[in-house]
Amino acid sequence: MSTLADVPGVPIAFKRNAREALDDRQLRRNFRGAMDFLMDKRRSQFPDGDELERLRAFGNQVRARALSKLPELLERLDANLTRNGVKVHWAETVEEANAIVHRIVEQHAGQKIIKGKSMVSEEMEMNHYLGERGIDCLESDMGEFIVQLREEKPAHIIMPAIHLNAGQVAKLFHDKLEVDYTEDVDRLIQIGRETLRRNFFEADIGVSGVNFAIAETGTLLLVENEGNGRLSTTVPPVHIAVTGIEKVVENLRDVIPLLSLLTRSATGQAITTYVNMISGPRKADELDGPREVHLVLLDNGRTQAFADGELRQTLNCIRCGACMNHCPVYTRIGGHAYGTVYPGPIGKIITPHMLGLHVTRDLPTASSMCGACSEVCPVKIPIPALLRRLREEAVRAPEAEPHHMRGQGTKYSKKEAMVWKAWRTLNTSPALYRAAMYAGTRLRALMPARIGPWTEHRSAPRLAARTLHELAREHLGDQ
Amino acid sequence: MHALNAKERILARLRASLQETTPIADDYDVDVVTAPWRYAPEARIARLRQMLESVHGETLLTTTSEWPLRAIEALALRSIGELLVAPATPHGRQFSAHVARNAVPLRLKAYDRPVEEWKDELFFRTPASLTGTLGGIAATGSLVLWPTPAEPRLMSLVPPFHIALLKASEVRDNFHELMHAQGWAGAMPTNALLVSGPSKTADIQQTLAYGAHGPKELLVLILQDA
Amino acid sequence: MSHPFPATASATRVAPPLEPARAYPAKPSDVFLFGTCVIDVFFPGAGMDAIRLLEREGIKVHFPQAQSCCGQPAYTSGYTAEAREVARAQLALFAGEWPVVVPSGSCAGMFRHHYFELFKDEPQMLKQVESLAERTFELAEFLLGVCRVRLEHTGTPVRVALHTSCSARREMNTHLHGRALLAQLAGVERVDHDHESECCGFGGAFSVRMPDISGAMVKDKTAALKGSGAAEVVSADCGCLLNINGCFEKQGDTLRGEHLASFLLRRTAPAAEGGAR
Repeated sequence: MSTLADVPGVPIAFKRNAREALDDRQLRRNFRGAMDFLMDKRRSQFPDGDELERLRAFGNQVRARALSKLPELLERLDANLTRNGVKVHWAETVEEANAIVHRIVEQHAGQKIIKGKSMVSEEMEMNHYLGERGIDCLESDMGEFIVQLREEKPAHIIMPAIHLNAGQVAKLFHDKLEVDYTEDVDRLIQIGRETLRRNFFEADIGVSGVNFAIAETGTLLLVENEGNGRLSTTVPPVHIAVTGIEKVVENLRDVIPLLSLLTRSATGQAITTYVNMISGPRKADELDGPREVHLVLLDNGRTQAFADGELRQTLNCIRCGACMNHCPVYTRIGGHAYGTVYPGPIGKIITPHMLGLHVTRDLPTASSMCGACSEVCPVKIPIPALLRRLREEAVRAPEAEPHHMRGQGTKYSKKEAMVWKAWRTLNTSPALYRAAMYAGTRLRALMPARIGPWTEHRSAPRLAARTLHELAREHLGDQ
Repeated sequence: MHALNAKERILARLRASLQETTPIADDYDVDVVTAPWRYAPEARIARLRQMLESVHGETLLTTTSEWPLRAIEALALRSIGELLVAPATPHGRQFSAHVARNAVPLRLKAYDRPVEEWKDELFFRTPASLTGTLGGIAATGSLVLWPTPAEPRLMSLVPPFHIALLKASEVRDNFHELMHAQGWAGAMPTNALLVSGPSKTADIQQTLAYGAHGPKELLVLILQDA
Repeated sequence: MSHPFPATASATRVAPPLEPARAYPAKPSDVFLFGTCVIDVFFPGAGMDAIRLLEREGIKVHFPQAQSCCGQPAYTSGYTAEAREVARAQLALFAGEWPVVVPSGSCAGMFRHHYFELFKDEPQMLKQVESLAERTFELAEFLLGVCRVRLEHTGTPVRVALHTSCSARREMNTHLHGRALLAQLAGVERVDHDHESECCGFGGAFSVRMPDISGAMVKDKTAALKGSGAAEVVSADCGCLLNINGCFEKQGDTLRGEHLASFLLRRTAPAAEGGAR
């Protein structure tokens, strides 16, 4: 089940999705196991708390520095990539980005696209867009390949098929690939390898994402474990890379701390099997590599996040997934329930900029603000603070100035605003407060046994007979 | 009137957001990425081997004169009868000469023409390859490869068994040291790679499996006297 | 400590520098107590126990009667202006030099960290905000770090589980202080519970806005606490206790949590001078 909001302005049915997911025992089991595993793996990579904190601070600084100069770095990146022979394209919206990709594909009379992993291409719904125009996109990352066979979206930004167990994959391969049923993971991976091999071979175009785009040298850096990324960006005659405008770093050496943070935070690895740095298409004397390399830089709401200093921190993200691995909400509802390309904590803070607060209206409140995410974020995004800020934007009057976000005021309620004004008055007027608390405690027998959603899972809280104010005054004298 | 294109509009928005701000200074603290990752010279190779072996990479300590024997043994062990090797490289020449001199029953072939001309054979009838490296990183157990016209990109990627030659003297403690020592920022090639083991994935129930799309096996011959 | 206000609304932010370990002042003769609104109407006994614990250490406790709420409920709900006015009122009450002891990690965190964000557009408030932040201590932290208590267990042997609220854990290190206090008590065996650092699902308004998810979380937390084998549950945060105890009761369990202050007052005495623990 996946529910990507594809109609502009229609709110994601988050609560309904969440309830369904909470009732799905298999899903709950799969995710609990997977998240515990990933948290342990990450922990084992950071035995030295001091080293971790220093590195996180460094990662935060590197990202903040890049953002503080973003337009300049993007121009430098464009110039250096162009000098290196890469064609650079800019797109404000996913429609524009898809049109650009489509144009390139058409120029080469492309029919078959092989894809390395790219979350930005999911943001674009590229496969769907090109599919409607008669162009096949085949996912080559094992996890993406699996969810593509199931006609689902990825459930996690690093491990797309994390919601499935081996038995479910075994059944899938048996049904869709017509192979003997086997739950042996080694065998299943070999089936994937054999099935996909010819596709690398035959594809007209390879599409990939980018982990870091380096302005200093005009280089695209990609990480992976499987080798499908290298294949997709080397074998087909044309390589199209798509990425967000925030992915640029200033200098080559800046990737060093970010790489260490990324692999250790995401999958608990010192490094990924391959770190692939591409600085241009095939040169005249080279025997392989694409003859054309394109980079599409996508905005899609990132400039909205960028516009505000506090919200700009959202763009520090290096897409490691640690936040969702540690999130008690994500663990219980899984990735699909969010109805967004990016689930979990990062999804909650970035998607409102991409789709509008009105579409993602329930996401900022779907958090207890426990802070498990920000504690592990390798680039120190203050996620709970940003969720709080998004809540503030959501309850402001829609016409209030300054206007920071599309969908501002989606949760504005005159009634609720008045309740909080009354709360403020109560808590700033000692006499009123005293009177209200007196009344509350003396009338506590009248407290209903059922108080809306609270009492679905808990008994109603009981007011004390006398307040601490009263007891303290008795004990300490009036102050 | 000339309308701004997407690039100009995006940059204009970004610039407007940064009005009256100053860029953050580059306060790059080298220590943070080097101090935890330094090894005594005698421990450096051991660290590299341990890291590679922990992800199913195979390593062998050998010498500049002995390594062809080790390579031949490894191929024979796997009943592999042909090898993709680059005759335009010193190690390619050395190996070819050794094979010829000793009449080793091993068919050598070269990646000496554009991939389009022999893609089918490369993909489906090339069981192993031998390449050099530009060094290694001890901290992460990584090999550095900068593919060249002599040793193209797919050579270390497509054949299921990859043998890589690593000179012990070219192993550095950490990525920063290597990047700096080799002057990367000044001269990035078309493709620069860090390879840290055979291909793998944990995408199915977080269970590790090797040989996803890249090589299923990686053997690193470490030349102690080079 | 300082959280300088960001230069401008459009400046790119860098994370605040790592704080060195907190340096604790000598035990004072006087302190303020900020009771918190949840304790005020739901757990006043815990508040009184906190006062008595402090008095037991020879400290005079002052309880400004005009205090109300730290502002967190409005702040986390996005009603920042309303939160600011309530915060402003509290700031005025706790001016001066006395430490402000708070029997709740989340409210202590508001004073210590979030008031900087609340007042970032009012530079004239910086001094007051800094002063309060510097003098704010969560109760367990104050007993351990400032009073340097040495407690002796006077009760029967017991196995306890300690639940720490998320903000207390992450903003105030309360889990460490709670553990250290319990570790002083011979005969008190603290046991871990499954997924101990995971949120209990309270999150203030979250528990009513997202009842299904919150319900799932509190059910897991109560199961974990029961499964730990502990006979008693202790927490330094009453918001969590409201949530956890309410769930225990609804499920028909007998286990209940109490505030750390109550547990300590009930079961300990100050250790004899230079004596055994």
